[in-house]
Amino acid sequence: MSGCNKVAEAGRRFFLGRGALAAAGAAAVAAAPAAPAKAAPALAQVTYPRAKLANIRDLKPNEPLDIAYPDADSPGVLLKLGTRVEGGVGPDGDVVAYSTLCPHKGYPMFYRTDDRTLNCPGHYSRFDCEKGGLQVWGHATQNLAQYRLRVDGNGDIQAEGVDELIYGRHSNVLG
Amino acid sequence: MAYKRNIDRLPIPPRDARVNNVTCHFCIVGCGYKAYTWPMNRQGGPAPGENAYGEDLRGQQGADSAGWVAPSMYNVVKQDGRDVQIVIKPDHDCVVNSGLGSIRGARMAEVSYSAVTGTQQARLTDPLIWRYGTMSPTSWEDSLSLVAEVTRRVVEEQGEDGLIVSAYDHGGAGGGYENTWATGKLYFESMKVKNIRIHNRPAYNSEVHGTRDMGVGELNNCYEDAELADTIFVAGANSLETQTNYFLNHWVPNLRGTSLDKKKQELPNEPHAAARVIIVDPRRTVTIAACEAEAGKDNVLHLQINSGTDLALFNALFTEIASRGWVDRSFINASTTGFDAAVAGNRTSVEDAARITGLSVADIRKAASWIAEPKQGGARRRTMFAYEKGIIWGNDNYRTNQAMVNVALATGNIGRPGGGCVRLGGHQEGYARPSDAHVGRPAAYVDQLLIQGKGGIHHVWGCDHFKTTLNAGEFKRTYQRRTNMVKEAMDSVPAGDRPAQVEAIMKAIRAGGLFTVNVDIVPTQIGSCAHVVLPAATSGEMNLTSMNGERRMRLTERYMDPPGRAMPDCLIAARLAQALERTWRAAGKAEVADRFRGYDWQTEEDAFNDGYRKHEKGGEFVTYARLRAMGTNGFQEPAVGLAGTGPVAAGTTTGATPGMVVQGPAIEGARGKEPVQQAGPNTGLSAAAAPPSGGTEPIIGTKRLYADGKFNRPDGRATFAVAEWRGLQAEGKQAEKDKHRFLINNGRANHVWQSAYLDQHNDFVRDRFPYPYIEMNPADMQELRLSPGDLVEVFNGNGATQAVAWPEAQVRRNETFMLFAYPTGVQGNVVSKATNELIIPNYKQTWGDIRKISDAPAAVRHLSWKTQEYRPAG
Ligand code: SF4
Ligand code: FES
Repeated sequence: MSGCNKVAEAGRRFFLGRGALAAAGAAAVAAAPAAPAKAAPALAQVTYPRAKLANIRDLKPNEPLDIAYPDADSPGVLLKLGTRVEGGVGPDGDVVAYSTLCPHKGYPMFYRTDDRTLNCPGHYSRFDCEKGGLQVWGHATQNLAQYRLRVDGNGDIQAEGVDELIYGRHSNVLG
Repeated sequence: MAYKRNIDRLPIPPRDARVNNVTCHFCIVGCGYKAYTWPMNRQGGPAPGENAYGEDLRGQQGADSAGWVAPSMYNVVKQDGRDVQIVIKPDHDCVVNSGLGSIRGARMAEVSYSAVTGTQQARLTDPLIWRYGTMSPTSWEDSLSLVAEVTRRVVEEQGEDGLIVSAYDHGGAGGGYENTWATGKLYFESMKVKNIRIHNRPAYNSEVHGTRDMGVGELNNCYEDAELADTIFVAGANSLETQTNYFLNHWVPNLRGTSLDKKKQELPNEPHAAARVIIVDPRRTVTIAACEAEAGKDNVLHLQINSGTDLALFNALFTEIASRGWVDRSFINASTTGFDAAVAGNRTSVEDAARITGLSVADIRKAASWIAEPKQGGARRRTMFAYEKGIIWGNDNYRTNQAMVNVALATGNIGRPGGGCVRLGGHQEGYARPSDAHVGRPAAYVDQLLIQGKGGIHHVWGCDHFKTTLNAGEFKRTYQRRTNMVKEAMDSVPAGDRPAQVEAIMKAIRAGGLFTVNVDIVPTQIGSCAHVVLPAATSGEMNLTSMNGERRMRLTERYMDPPGRAMPDCLIAARLAQALERTWRAAGKAEVADRFRGYDWQTEEDAFNDGYRKHEKGGEFVTYARLRAMGTNGFQEPAVGLAGTGPVAAGTTTGATPGMVVQGPAIEGARGKEPVQQAGPNTGLSAAAAPPSGGTEPIIGTKRLYADGKFNRPDGRATFAVAEWRGLQAEGKQAEKDKHRFLINNGRANHVWQSAYLDQHNDFVRDRFPYPYIEMNPADMQELRLSPGDLVEVFNGNGATQAVAWPEAQVRRNETFMLFAYPTGVQGNVVSKATNELIIPNYKQTWGDIRKISDAPAAVRHLSWKTQEYRPAG
């Protein structure tokens, strides 16, 4: 489409994210003029916990494992897809994890093993677990929040962040 | 990888954030939203007392939370010259959507213009003139005076037929009462422009002349009727994707059985069950899958007809229902004419219909029984009839529309709870214009006039024919050639020498050139040919009134500034009118100049008061102040009075002539307003009792039209129509079908609003659909050696276009479905110029061939090609 300049686009996405955060940061300062001078300044990013979700040995191909991240109130799913995917981790590059709260109105989604999608009984949205949580069809205005994973030398799968706002939170990490 | 925003927290509006009423400016449903705005240096907190929502945001929120805001609902915009933070989120107190947001509407904030976050930077900010080989910024005075002068010169040489106009006539972002009135006053009152057309069709006509001529306005029920119906009968509509929250918030409860209590309460003395639904569509849509998931397969009847054969089906249903005596005799006797003639004229056996439609005899009989067989105890079955583009842009529009209304009338289903015979709608409505009677019927086929070299100047208001017309390839070629002649002429003399410019332009026009001015909010494809571009404001950048598919009228309040020097369309039209007055006066034609008086509006509210309030039925009750007080629920048109004083007169009237709009408490087709009104404003009964214009009393509206059994005909009776089946009606369609392998069915995707005029600049949508898709049966794809995502050419004798192939096992062999009106592959290129007798295009019945162009482009390689269809767990 006209005006589709990949470099500019990447910049714009970055800027939108930063714009939102900068606004919050500025506001925090303005709202607390009497804060002690020595107080630590607010950080510009949410600090994510590092949390072990499972060990790679616990996973069987195409069998979803219920998890929670960044805290117990945020349900998710850990998957060994069985085929290497972009963004997958582990020896086979096929391990991914997603929030299972639908980013439309927060209904809990179920996993379909036959086409490796998360599906919402609320209003029928579908997300492709092999494509970074791309919304195949649906009402959410974002693709599905995916967890950033790292696999330690011993096979422990650690979650270290999230790439979209999780449904039902103004901040992925609640204070 | 799928597009992600990488936003992990959002600011919270403080308790005292400003709150404005918003009606989503996209589809017909008109969901209620609220806009919260607050200064850049302030924020609220997560405790209920600390934020503008009054919600507890401290922990994980549950499903359907009124407190959750998606990143797409947040932005930074200008308000009264200052940057402010904004959240536009669905309103849980709006009866239309009850807090639901769709994938289109819930991006309203993100598709707003922002110099801070960089969203929608493509928006037009300045008037532009073709100068120095490019579009160059200039002043409003400069641009409008050139348009006015060339317009006058063309009209002087060619008459008003030399001025060709394309203009929206809808609501939401597709018009609104303020803007349709202003453009209507300019072209239908100050001038009598005949060569005018609407945004998605090549003439100035109704898509539903058929029903209106029978005395039945097309938006006659209320959304609650979908909760009350025993059966919902829908043809040629995919409501989950095109009336999303109407389907989710009002159909689904009935399909699930959760509206049973309401049924029992509102309609006692008859048995009730969860709804059954009949869907007539050549394609299995996501709507059908959703209905099956909610109601169970046994309660969903998909009549998968051969494309374009709806009329034969409707006539067979009509015949079957009449012969079984499942008709509402007392209603037919009291409120209609022509029943017996229609039964005789439309007689179609179930067997004949089965042969034409490809359906089974049993399924047609089953449909007849679901529609009309009396319930236990003999109670009349309540069936809601609904249709949209499959009928409107389908074979034999006029007669097919009438054949459906016949069934609704025969079963007594109009004006009654749980009934209605309605178009579902695309845009919202917002039509208030002086009479268009001079346009005539059939109206001029404007696109053909332009192709044939007619006309000297083209005024284009919010229309992009290059994406949304039929025969689009030929149209583009001709249009580019004609407008280029004028561009070359303008380049040949110094830009600053206005008299020489105008002479050069006129010389090019005499040689077959076309001068074009484009009023829009974004650069359009047809706008690339323009000589003058004028930047307009959209909903929320101005106060704007519209009504939705149940005639619910609301005011969207201005919550942000328009970009740059953009202005509301109504004020642009007013200033153009004033420029025309000046140029005619300067030319010594005072009597012409005088016709352009009466545009001294300062605000959009002035346009509203001049138009809707003075000219639309019940308009005298409606003010901005009252609408503001009524929030996102508004009232259902027409207004009949004010709370406290009550309706000004009991009973209803249909007026003395067909389509006549009578001031005061009359009941008729909501947008069935053609001709639109009596000559004089505020004549008749209600003028004497004109209500005060101050105050914020609630307005009393009209829940259903024709509830009194009186219809919009001189005798107050609806009339049945004889509508015989005549095959594929539009010239050349049968030959096209015989010649080409694939049906190129076409329509909308949930992600995309209209022609993607904003979505094409939205990262989320552009990532998902860089190109239009064409769904094909996997076996067909295999035969053509196509892999998912491959770029294909769709072609036939009319033209060619491109799309990426999406395998879908549910699509029948040799049938396809292509995304309509998309910027990077225009389906209209392959649609023939043939129309019905009233110049309604026939987009749906298109046949073509398909060949591979290349392997999947890089932009689609990360996408998913899995089925769009939801299947329940287990
Ligand atoms: S359903 Fe229509 S009106 Fe409602 S939010 Fe979506 S696009 Fe807007
Ligand atoms: S909550 Fe999942 S689709 Fe609505």
